[in-house]
Amino acid sequence: MSAPASPSVVLHATGVGKRFAGSVALDGVELCLRAGEIHALMGQNGAGKSTLIKLLTGVISADSGQVSLDGRLVAPTTPVQAQALGISTVYQEVNLCPNLSVAENIFAGRYPRRFGFIDWRAVRRGSRDVLAAVGLDINVDRPLATYSVAIQQMVAIARAIGVSARVLILDEPTSSLDEGEVQELFKVMRRLREQGLAIMFVTHFLDQVYAVSDRITVLRNGRRVGEYLADELPQPALVSAMVGREVALAEGRDSEHRPAANAPVVLSAHGLGRRGKLHATDIQVRRGEVLGLAGLLGSGRTELARLLFGLDRSGEGRLDIQGEAADLHHPADAVAQGLALCPEERKTEGIIAELSVRENVVLALQTRMGWRRTLSRTQQEALATKLVKALGVKTASIETLAGQLSGGNQQKVVLARWLATEPRLLILDEPTRGIDIAAKQDIMAEVVRLAGQGMAVLFISAEIEEVLRLCDRIAVLRERRKVGELPGGCSEQEILALIAGDAGEVA
Amino acid sequence: MVPVSTSFATQPWLRRFVAQPLFWPLLTLALLLLGNGVFNPGFLALHWRDGHLYGNLIDIGNRAAPLILVSLGMTLVIAVRGLDISVGAVLALTATVAAWTLTQVQAAHAGSNLLPLAWAIVAALTVAALCGLWNGLLVVKVGMQPIVATLILMVAGRGVAQLISGGQIITVYYAPYGFLANGFLLGLPFPLYVVATVFVGLQWLIRHSALGLFTSAIGHNPIAAKVAGVRAGAIILATYLFCGLSAGMAGVLVSANVDSADANNAGQLFELDAILAVSIGGSLLSGGRFSLAGSLIGALILQTMTSTIYAVGLPPQLNLVVKAVLVFVVMVLQSADFRSQVRAWLPWVRKGEQT
Repeated sequence: MSAPASPSVVLHATGVGKRFAGSVALDGVELCLRAGEIHALMGQNGAGKSTLIKLLTGVISADSGQVSLDGRLVAPTTPVQAQALGISTVYQEVNLCPNLSVAENIFAGRYPRRFGFIDWRAVRRGSRDVLAAVGLDINVDRPLATYSVAIQQMVAIARAIGVSARVLILDEPTSSLDEGEVQELFKVMRRLREQGLAIMFVTHFLDQVYAVSDRITVLRNGRRVGEYLADELPQPALVSAMVGREVALAEGRDSEHRPAANAPVVLSAHGLGRRGKLHATDIQVRRGEVLGLAGLLGSGRTELARLLFGLDRSGEGRLDIQGEAADLHHPADAVAQGLALCPEERKTEGIIAELSVRENVVLALQTRMGWRRTLSRTQQEALATKLVKALGVKTASIETLAGQLSGGNQQKVVLARWLATEPRLLILDEPTRGIDIAAKQDIMAEVVRLAGQGMAVLFISAEIEEVLRLCDRIAVLRERRKVGELPGGCSEQEILALIAGDAGEVA
Repeated sequence: MVPVSTSFATQPWLRRFVAQPLFWPLLTLALLLLGNGVFNPGFLALHWRDGHLYGNLIDIGNRAAPLILVSLGMTLVIAVRGLDISVGAVLALTATVAAWTLTQVQAAHAGSNLLPLAWAIVAALTVAALCGLWNGLLVVKVGMQPIVATLILMVAGRGVAQLISGGQIITVYYAPYGFLANGFLLGLPFPLYVVATVFVGLQWLIRHSALGLFTSAIGHNPIAAKVAGVRAGAIILATYLFCGLSAGMAGVLVSANVDSADANNAGQLFELDAILAVSIGGSLLSGGRFSLAGSLIGALILQTMTSTIYAVGLPPQLNLVVKAVLVFVVMVLQSADFRSQVRAWLPWVRKGEQT
């Protein structure tokens, strides 16, 4: 082990193990967080990151191993206890109350009292103090919802470190932030590092790991692969440590598989738009073609997908599917026309966590068949088993509740649901966000395979690399309108230029 | 090797059995009945007299029939994240409509035929269906909160019923009507057949169509269900329609039982009993997970309690207090927090957990 003793160890976990219903989630894991360091915890979905975080923060308790904080053994059994010990956590989704003020959010549950009443002056003063620690100077009386997600995230951090924190755990803090906001967050993280906090940082974005981390611990299948200094671990080595096999990162589509230019048009939109959501947009997808949709968050990508799928009514323009005018009132109409949509918000709009994998997989096909004609239990099981195997979904059985799977596997289940309907056009809205590299690779390989079989695919992603690798054509959106279309082989700069567009000229 | 005796909590078949959703409701019902049997040995006896089967068990089933019907309707409404607090009023309204229609048709067509009965049932069920449709439209099309939407009919239903009855109790002098509630068919009371038909029909529909899957999908995650193409509006509307119909059937049974209709008092607090039966039966009040059989058992538990209080000779006023205690116990048992707390108290259960 190459643990230099120079920075003082704050939190040290050794031999930590945890089993869930027969499967091993963590096995003899060691983790060492040091004061004044940012420590990245890396691993694929299901590698045990979430379990480890939950153990450290007292959400669940370990079966074996021990955790010491400042040399003393600790075993928090609730998040409140963990926080009192100085282990604070900020989760992926900001879990504050948007309708309360910033100050109320920071002190919720621990208001300072005076004569039995809440001392609001102390609340405001204290809030400004902890916000200053993260370098934020905002009006603490305004409702949290009036601030951007990035600010909300920082308020969550301020709340977390407010109570004499020694360790700060950031679980995927950047997944809903844009590039500028990520930089802001990093600034805060560096500032807190200067103050001597031990920070654990969990993310799926490799670039971000290298931008802020000093040290990296990699988990794979519940075991620790190793602890490395960030400077000494090149990116490909990190990836292969996480995945356990060499991945060909640049696997794209073969040019010979690209569809013929005269392939029949599956869907075409003319001047399709909706007031306040999307300006009139033209778009066309052909059989066997992967059309990319690039653009920043809020550029209208998701809005377009929702219009095409009947989730929102279009106010203007026309939509043709297979050359015939289509009027989609409800997603059911789109499903009947052979459309499919894996939505951006996997947890709230995709998966139904309380239903089994089998029920999730058959749902869309069953809605297309109507309520009277049903798939028999045997047919359902055969279908679910086939798709689970084909997509490599990691699940104990097809009767496991979908909510118990990891993010990447949930996404595969949503994809399986739509593949069961054998759609003409598959719309994928950010299918790879928040999921691990291997699952990303699996999903992208699946897209290539499906397009090869003649399915039309609309691929929406914020990651330009992915779009470039997969797509035959790329439509670029900016400020709720389509600003151009590029051929598949174009360069990243061309796309970026279109995305930036006017903004660059004005500045 | 001789198997070493194991603590019973670790035996898998038993744990699976305990984990069955219907285990706790069934256990409650069985304990109630057995308790009665111990204190009153005649309680569980059934005897055959004049070609009819008599006994407390039959009686409980018979008396519970209206509540079972309404609970089945309520189960489906709650499963899709709804609530129908108008069922008591709809019950009173349909009871009144049935009795009123009966007397009107009887006055027009003197003679002892079945025409008045047919008219009464058709009129009552039509009104019930319209009530359900009204509730459903307010929730689905207008987008009202279910509790507010059904509150309207809860208040107005009884009012309309009193307008029809002129504020009087309508008394029926017509033998076939009483048969619906008090008659026997093949040795068993007629209401049991009504309940059995509705229950079996619903179970068949849930099993042999995709409605069960759609219902739980809507209840668990309405947005994801919509994205998957489930037309929730039609299904939610149908559940309110059926809930109205079930209250209508209950209304006919209730008024047939006493050969009269009391717009004021028929079905008082029925909505709360129905909701209670649904929750005792193990359905989630937040929607999604539901059990028709559980609600049926829940309704039987409530009726058994009422019968017990009468049988033991306690003052009937006690009924409400006992119900309150039961609600408390059931809710506490259903709470996952409480159960894990109990597990922490019982070392032998905890040992079983880890193996």
